[in-house]
Amino acid sequence: MTVKENFDTMDYGPAPESKTEAMGWLATHKSKFGHFINGSFTKPAKSFATKNPATGEVLAKISQASQKDVDSAVKAARAAQPKWASLSGFDRAKYLYALARALQKHSRLFAVLETLDNGKPIRESRDIDIPLAQRHFYYHAGMAQLMASELPDRAPLGVCGQIIPWNFPLLMLSWKIAPALAMGNTVVLKPAEYTSLTALLFAEICAQVGLPKGVVNIVTGDGAVGEMIVGAQVDKVAFTGSTSVGKRIREATAGSGKSLTLELGGKSPYIVFDDADLDSAVEGLVDAIWFNQGQVCCAGSRLLVQEGVAEVFYRKLKRRMDGLRIGDPLDKCIDVGAVVDPVQLNTIQSLVDANQDGETYVAATPLPDGCFYPPTLITGLSPAAVLMQEEIFGPVLVSTTFRTPKEALEIANQTRYGLAATVWTENINLALEIAPKLVAGIVWVNGTNMFDAAAGFGGVRESGYGREGGWEGLSAYTKPKTSPKAAKPIAAFAGKGTLSDPIDRTAKLYIGGKQARPDAGYSHLIYGPKGDALGEISLANRKDVRNAVEAAGSAKSWSQTTGHLRAQILYYIAENLSARADEFAKRIKEMTGKPGMAEVQSTLETLFTHAAWADKLDGQVHNVPIRGVALAMKEPVGVIAALCDVRPLAGLVECIAPAIAMGNRVIAAASEPFPLSATDFYQILETSDVPGGVVNILTGPHTDIASHLAAHNDIDAMWSFSETAPAQVIEAASAGNLKRTFVAPRPGTAKEMLSHATEVKNIWVPYGE
Amino acid sequence: MMPQTAKMIETAQLPQVHLPRNDGMALDLDWVARVQANTSAIERRAKTFPGRRSVKKDHQAAWLLKAITCIDLTTLSGDDTVGRVKRLCAKARQPVRADLMDALGMPAITTGAVCVYHDMIETAVDALEGTNIPVAAVSTGFPAGLSPLHLRVAEIEESVKSGAREIDIVISRRHVLTQNWTALYDEMRAFRQACGDAHVKAILATGELGSLRNVARASLICMMAGADFIKTSTGKESVNATLPVSLAMIRAIRDYYDATGVHVGYKPAGGISKAKDAVTYLALMKDELGDRWLQPDLFRFGASSLLNDIERQLEHHVTGAYSAGYRHPLA
Repeated sequence: MTVKENFDTMDYGPAPESKTEAMGWLATHKSKFGHFINGSFTKPAKSFATKNPATGEVLAKISQASQKDVDSAVKAARAAQPKWASLSGFDRAKYLYALARALQKHSRLFAVLETLDNGKPIRESRDIDIPLAQRHFYYHAGMAQLMASELPDRAPLGVCGQIIPWNFPLLMLSWKIAPALAMGNTVVLKPAEYTSLTALLFAEICAQVGLPKGVVNIVTGDGAVGEMIVGAQVDKVAFTGSTSVGKRIREATAGSGKSLTLELGGKSPYIVFDDADLDSAVEGLVDAIWFNQGQVCCAGSRLLVQEGVAEVFYRKLKRRMDGLRIGDPLDKCIDVGAVVDPVQLNTIQSLVDANQDGETYVAATPLPDGCFYPPTLITGLSPAAVLMQEEIFGPVLVSTTFRTPKEALEIANQTRYGLAATVWTENINLALEIAPKLVAGIVWVNGTNMFDAAAGFGGVRESGYGREGGWEGLSAYTKPKTSPKAAKPIAAFAGKGTLSDPIDRTAKLYIGGKQARPDAGYSHLIYGPKGDALGEISLANRKDVRNAVEAAGSAKSWSQTTGHLRAQILYYIAENLSARADEFAKRIKEMTGKPGMAEVQSTLETLFTHAAWADKLDGQVHNVPIRGVALAMKEPVGVIAALCDVRPLAGLVECIAPAIAMGNRVIAAASEPFPLSATDFYQILETSDVPGGVVNILTGPHTDIASHLAAHNDIDAMWSFSETAPAQVIEAASAGNLKRTFVAPRPGTAKEMLSHATEVKNIWVPYGE
Repeated sequence: MMPQTAKMIETAQLPQVHLPRNDGMALDLDWVARVQANTSAIERRAKTFPGRRSVKKDHQAAWLLKAITCIDLTTLSGDDTVGRVKRLCAKARQPVRADLMDALGMPAITTGAVCVYHDMIETAVDALEGTNIPVAAVSTGFPAGLSPLHLRVAEIEESVKSGAREIDIVISRRHVLTQNWTALYDEMRAFRQACGDAHVKAILATGELGSLRNVARASLICMMAGADFIKTSTGKESVNATLPVSLAMIRAIRDYYDATGVHVGYKPAGGISKAKDAVTYLALMKDELGDRWLQPDLFRFGASSLLNDIERQLEHHVTGAYSAGYRHPLA
């Protein structure tokens, strides 16, 4: 092509980024890599090829870790951890700062290597992935510095096993490693088998900056290696990847005592209201679903457009799609690169091929041969269509329309996922009404896919749990310095005989604000220490669980009440309990044989504490580098099931109070050996203006109902302080809907309970006129 | 992407040669009220855009040459003289050294127009005789536009009489700031009428309109009232052409085209002085409006120092050595 011809056509022409340096780096390793364990690379062993998905060219041979490799990596991390944790925050900060600087110094090498290995456009790796990775290390250098002063009650977890996906290889590595190291943990990280190279380059940089041996260990390989890490002697497992694998990890770690955070899939809604700047909303979709070929867990993949503007919006969108340039990811003028692997390409293809509904529009833009998929829009789908429900993880946008904000919310929230959501409107009233009601960990207003180390990232529902980034992200890598110890097991007292009072006072269950007879019609006598019959309780079964969850579900409006109102009700509960303190103390004495007034008094204090917090557990405004705000709002988790510890009254109220203070609804299973204080408590609740369904109380053996509660898909979190219900059963069954679990011998401090009673939602609101 | 029409002839800048003029339409206030422009989203697009598009080597040279053909080579100074304007016109006729053009294998090109004040029109018309380069005149009490309306209209008529084939009018910013859309429409209509066959570019003075939404709405009103081009700035405001403002304006052009089928041109003016910026603007037009808007009948730069930077880049392209400003003839 001559200059004259180009002058006439005004085509873009090629603008390739050089890969010379990256290939040179691979050559220095003879294109063969071992694992990075205890500060040095192992000899390359049994290996597999890693390819450039855009060309199919083999870039290097990567070793598949054996059990021995994983064990030695964990051993190295274990050996290094105490010393790493005992460094001052300043000393750890210096290392994190050095890593950030090193990432910056080698930024182009990282970017080109990432693009070669993953297929993402060089613009994205250069302008987004690598700068964000650096930012994460800078930010967490600061967190290491501040840990001692700002988190005086928190301690590192120990050794963290981290498994990351292939869509943002270095960025996910930084999200995992930076906070872990900052808080004094050491790590064993496994990159995805498609994209190990930048992790290996990072390993080399760890050695270069003199990071102590064993603090960072990188082992490579496929899912089998991931399973080895999950099963290894680690204190924590952090996983980013698919929901199905996340569930398997939840099951595998159940009962192990390992801390777990999961950042999983999504089908994030992208809502366009009729007063939006439609052109900007169209452009936002380019960032939402055609960013990284749509291989983004928080991709705005489910477009909901208000009916009145749908036709115009689709027309604008299709035209924009036609302008996307697909091709060589190393070309600086490319919008959409290669899909990570032919396997993924097939997955996308077959999901789209199987769809018979709606109308499919494929971007009218040249598609190169190879591992590329064209930007695709499927309109006219009903919310029930498979493609509206299932994550495609490719550049395929599905869409439907809605009539009203209420309907938009219904459609948006009708999903098993809850990672992110996007709202476009010029009306601040509408935006700030909708954002808190969207079931998601992140909401972007008039923008999308905005990320920063200062704002937490993570989901709700089956999109996983835990946050990465911000102050809220640090709880995923720390634990309380002191945790309550398990008390000696206490069995219910046995006895004989019947109740002396002929007027039946069998305690029923407390469901939906009413005393309800148990479904099965079984009761059980409770005896005092001397064997005298004290009262009868109902035995709850799975149908009672079902009824209680339904009652909790229909008390949704509790979550919308103000903190002030909830505080007032908690104070009112305390007032009424105080008035009957003697009676409750007496009951405790009857059941346990020990004086009860101290427990009543401490319960009153618990109620006051959470009444105090109800309107004070503020969120934050994160300092993100945009003109705008990222509001970290603390939201109730939803419906919480709690198995209470043996303390008759304190065990119950230490669960109920923080839960309802934050706007949750609770299903509490009363102390197993001493349940009569809980059943007496019904009357307190009834006289304290607690709306029906907000607190539901079940009685009976925990083991009978624990698995039903843990498996119930409409419960959002399960706490167990039970002596009898096995953690393994609860945690394994929780995998069904990935409810959050909190299993401990006793409830924690008020602050800890409150953090379990809330989720942090980050709402990004860029502004400017 | 807009439909591609026939290939252009480089020297034919005037819209009427190729496309029907914009006759405007009745004022549609409902449409105006629907127009939104989200500033932070537009800024985000503008900020990431240069990183999304890159033009290299022969393509870059071609794009820079194209940019030259779209320049309204401008002098709008109180100390303009006949001699100064003649020099500018000579530069417009031959904007790039002949040896460089030969090396690039390009036939001769000219700038898109020469843009002057009224008093310099005749000088410029004479100096450009024998070329197809139109003379554009700024008008209507440029730059503030606050002289009596009948005088502003008369100024247009005088300039057309003097041989200006393009008239760059300034709108009354106060009509926008007070949301008096009817007054803005009527004013623009009157200016368009006074232009007769001369093409009219509506200068919005975007730096004085307060918000991108106002920019977008004013763009639309001017098009409804028959503007052939919409233009950002006089060059005299403290903020002139920017990418966010450009996005707001060219998206309005696109909406107007979608609704009417009429092509309206775009002219960013002021503050564009680097070759790289020129390429970015061309890419923005290509991506947002399509290839049809890459020709001088629909796209112009209002610039004076841009040309010299482009010349230096072209010499670098030809020789491989970075150039110096003094190696290229003055305007």
